[in-house]
Amino acid sequence: MAVTLNVNGASRTSPAAPDTPLLYILRNDLNLNAAKYGCGFGQCGACTVMIDGTATRSCITPASQVGAKAVTTLEGLGTIARPHALQKAFIDEQAAQCGYCVAGAMMTAKALLDKNAKPNEKEIRGALSGNLCRCGTHNRIVRAIQRASGQEVTA
Amino acid sequence: MNARDNSMFGAASNQVADESFSLPRRRFFKKSGALAVAFSLAPSLLNAQAARPALPGSLNNFRKLDSWLAINADGTVAFFSGKVELGQGITTALTQIVADELDIDMARIRFVSGDTDRTPDEGVTAGSLSIQQSGTALRFAAAEVRALLLAAAAQKLGAPAESLQVADGTVSSASGGKATYWELSGSVPLGREATPGVKPKTAAQHKVVGKSVPRRDIPAKVTGGEAYVQDMRLPGMVFGRVVRPPSLTAKLQSVDEAAARAMPGVVAVIRDGSFLAVAAEREEQAIAARYALSQSAKWDVPAALPPMGPALFAHMKTQRSTDSVVGKKDNPQAAATAVKTLKAEYTRPFQSHGSIGPSCAVAQWKDGKVTIWTHSQGVFQLRGDLVKVLKVPAANINCIHKEGSGCYGHNGADDVGLDAALVARATNGRPVKLQWMREDEFGWEPYGSAMVMNMSAGLDANGKIVDYTHELWSHTHSTRPYDPDGSNLLAGWHLATPVPMGPAKNIPQPSGGSDRNAVPYYTFPQQKVINHMLMDMPIRVSALRTLGAYANLFAAESFMDELAEAAGADPVEFRLRHLTDPRARAVLEKVAADANWKTGDKHRGVSFSRYKNIGCYVAAIVDIEIDRASGKLSVPRIAMVGDVGLIVNPDGIINQLEGGAIQSTSWTLGEQVSYDNRQILTKSWSDYPVLTYAEVPKVKTTLINRPSDPSLGVGEGSQGPVVAAIANAFARSSGKRLRDLPLAPARVKALLA
Ligand code: FES
Ligand code: FES
Repeated sequence: MAVTLNVNGASRTSPAAPDTPLLYILRNDLNLNAAKYGCGFGQCGACTVMIDGTATRSCITPASQVGAKAVTTLEGLGTIARPHALQKAFIDEQAAQCGYCVAGAMMTAKALLDKNAKPNEKEIRGALSGNLCRCGTHNRIVRAIQRASGQEVTA
Repeated sequence: MNARDNSMFGAASNQVADESFSLPRRRFFKKSGALAVAFSLAPSLLNAQAARPALPGSLNNFRKLDSWLAINADGTVAFFSGKVELGQGITTALTQIVADELDIDMARIRFVSGDTDRTPDEGVTAGSLSIQQSGTALRFAAAEVRALLLAAAAQKLGAPAESLQVADGTVSSASGGKATYWELSGSVPLGREATPGVKPKTAAQHKVVGKSVPRRDIPAKVTGGEAYVQDMRLPGMVFGRVVRPPSLTAKLQSVDEAAARAMPGVVAVIRDGSFLAVAAEREEQAIAARYALSQSAKWDVPAALPPMGPALFAHMKTQRSTDSVVGKKDNPQAAATAVKTLKAEYTRPFQSHGSIGPSCAVAQWKDGKVTIWTHSQGVFQLRGDLVKVLKVPAANINCIHKEGSGCYGHNGADDVGLDAALVARATNGRPVKLQWMREDEFGWEPYGSAMVMNMSAGLDANGKIVDYTHELWSHTHSTRPYDPDGSNLLAGWHLATPVPMGPAKNIPQPSGGSDRNAVPYYTFPQQKVINHMLMDMPIRVSALRTLGAYANLFAAESFMDELAEAAGADPVEFRLRHLTDPRARAVLEKVAADANWKTGDKHRGVSFSRYKNIGCYVAAIVDIEIDRASGKLSVPRIAMVGDVGLIVNPDGIINQLEGGAIQSTSWTLGEQVSYDNRQILTKSWSDYPVLTYAEVPKVKTTLINRPSDPSLGVGEGSQGPVVAAIANAFARSSGKRLRDLPLAPARVKALLA
């Protein structure tokens, strides 16, 4: 038994059973840190990745449902040396406290910005409604998304 | 380095050795029959005992310079801190301090924090004390190390030390001679005691202290770098999960271990008394085996939980308690001038930390020694309890801090360290990564205690408070590891040979635990605080950010508004009437000015506190909106002014104060743990909703810098002011007062109907 996935533009294989949630394959077989376990029930957003451009909870998405679709994780955006605009904006706004929620929030934001290049503040907050943050970093995260989309920072 | 690793239990005598300070101190207390408290720091007592001059901050307990700093020949500088990164930005702030004192670039600085083999034992990273304790020690140690390096340079360059300049570790003389710290370090041994009277730099000489230096941990966190203990991967590592009992006192009757052992990938099933756990090759296999075990397990679950809802508070008042009176001032003459008396009761339910990432640890056994990577707030304290449960000497246990998800007090971090160590004993030396499931975290983290506060006060004819009583009932707010009379690690209570917890203890004043911030910071002629600390803990409780201060300030600062109203006074002016400390007055006056406070303002409320009465000052004004149809309250805006003494990193401070304000708003508007008479019912985020992006307030925070005053911690400064300001805003807006937390829709609706 093995599954083959298309992750961050590369074909990757995992020995996992096909019903394994994508989250564990990303973290434990592909050594990708960004998607996090938070609740395992699709309630917190810490595990968010993009699948064919849609923000998706990887903790409740079995590998068998992903098939050949394109999985993008935060690692697929950029690196410390060459950060993506969204990553740079998060650094510039210092948009983290513990940061545990941030990777998921960034992938939700990426999916939003890909569809709506200049979302207003309400749209940003609405898109993030399924991403929980317990440190109270919400406003900084909204500001980082506004900055990344070249808009005035109002949050 | 291992010389520093003194066993907490191995020290045989009461003599005060440099780095084994914690044990003699605790023993001293115990033997003398005084209340033994693991969190007590009694430097004055110890200094008298040790007959040594006092040194600043934690330097007093760890007096050697090389306990704090290493200047390396490769051009780097390392600092060692017992305080750990919890997402509050402490490592960046400490780096700023070291960089300025040594005149080096921040990029040269490495740090080692929270490692029982390598760093000083600075106690728990809690109480917003890291800057005060570790920051102060590093500031003075670095200042002295710089002076030693300069003296060596002076000798080498043949120029007086005062005439030398330092730029990024390179010392130069007027005549053009140069020497670097890295060359000089070999001739400047740091294994010497720090000396008193060292003068660190003045605020005017600071280059990076006081600046919003970007946090050093953020780039990795926003690019998927390895940042958390959850991200650790070791060769041969397996995955562990625990099957917790349905309740604290439940007993495991039977379970089908064989069926779980036969499941794919399962490496070990561990059953010891009512402790049940599993290890598997893959994480999802461990989760599946955990589920199978939980399905087949039969438990005896006693009906041992207190009532839920309003009945809880009446019940709490009947429970056995340790009572104390603190902050007492007698002035019967003044009290007799009261012309009006007010009384009110306020309550707060059990509330959860609810870290987004459930607790996690990695453990590995090798040759009878165990290494545990943990996001504990106190690696030495964790080790202290592990000694008792694992029955292994401290020298064979190394606890190393690795960051975890946001930490707001005593959550499952320590417990999962023991879980991982117990499971790793059954995996033949293979490391085990064990993360709690969401329901483990909600069900087993120690909550912030429910509390009842009965307030009463007398006003004189001039509208001044002349008599004031704050009486409270609460469980303890600290059951952290390394209690002198037991063990506070969860799994230990459930083993076949249990290691139970000791009796409940309060943190003494002036900080206080359940009575934190119950003693008024206002000046009243007669006052008393009566603290009934309940001895039994049917529901697990411990430190949640601010301990008792959040509920005490909800009560006290709501009551201030009730008294102001009774006195016909404006709430800002009424507070100022009773405030003498100019710094307290300044934050209140400034927030009123900044937020354009007007006496007749209806839909806003104000509040003030000085955290712990000895920490930072924060005043807040919040705006409120009430949806009468649903009863839902929203807080669109919060304005805050903080005075934190010398500011090390303004943006970091604002981040902390704002985060605290948002968390407090969430606690206040809807959070409470639910349970029935047998078990906790809060298991997932749908049982415990927290504020979302669309609901959080916008927060404007302004800081007053006091460069000549010591830096004060900020992680817990804003929660108290914010809860009371929300309650006060609701009362001003609706004309009715809510005295029970949370201010949830059903309650609001019932009150306004
Ligand atoms: S871990 Fe997937 S939504 Fe919480
Ligand atoms: S930054 Fe800690 S949970 Fe969001």
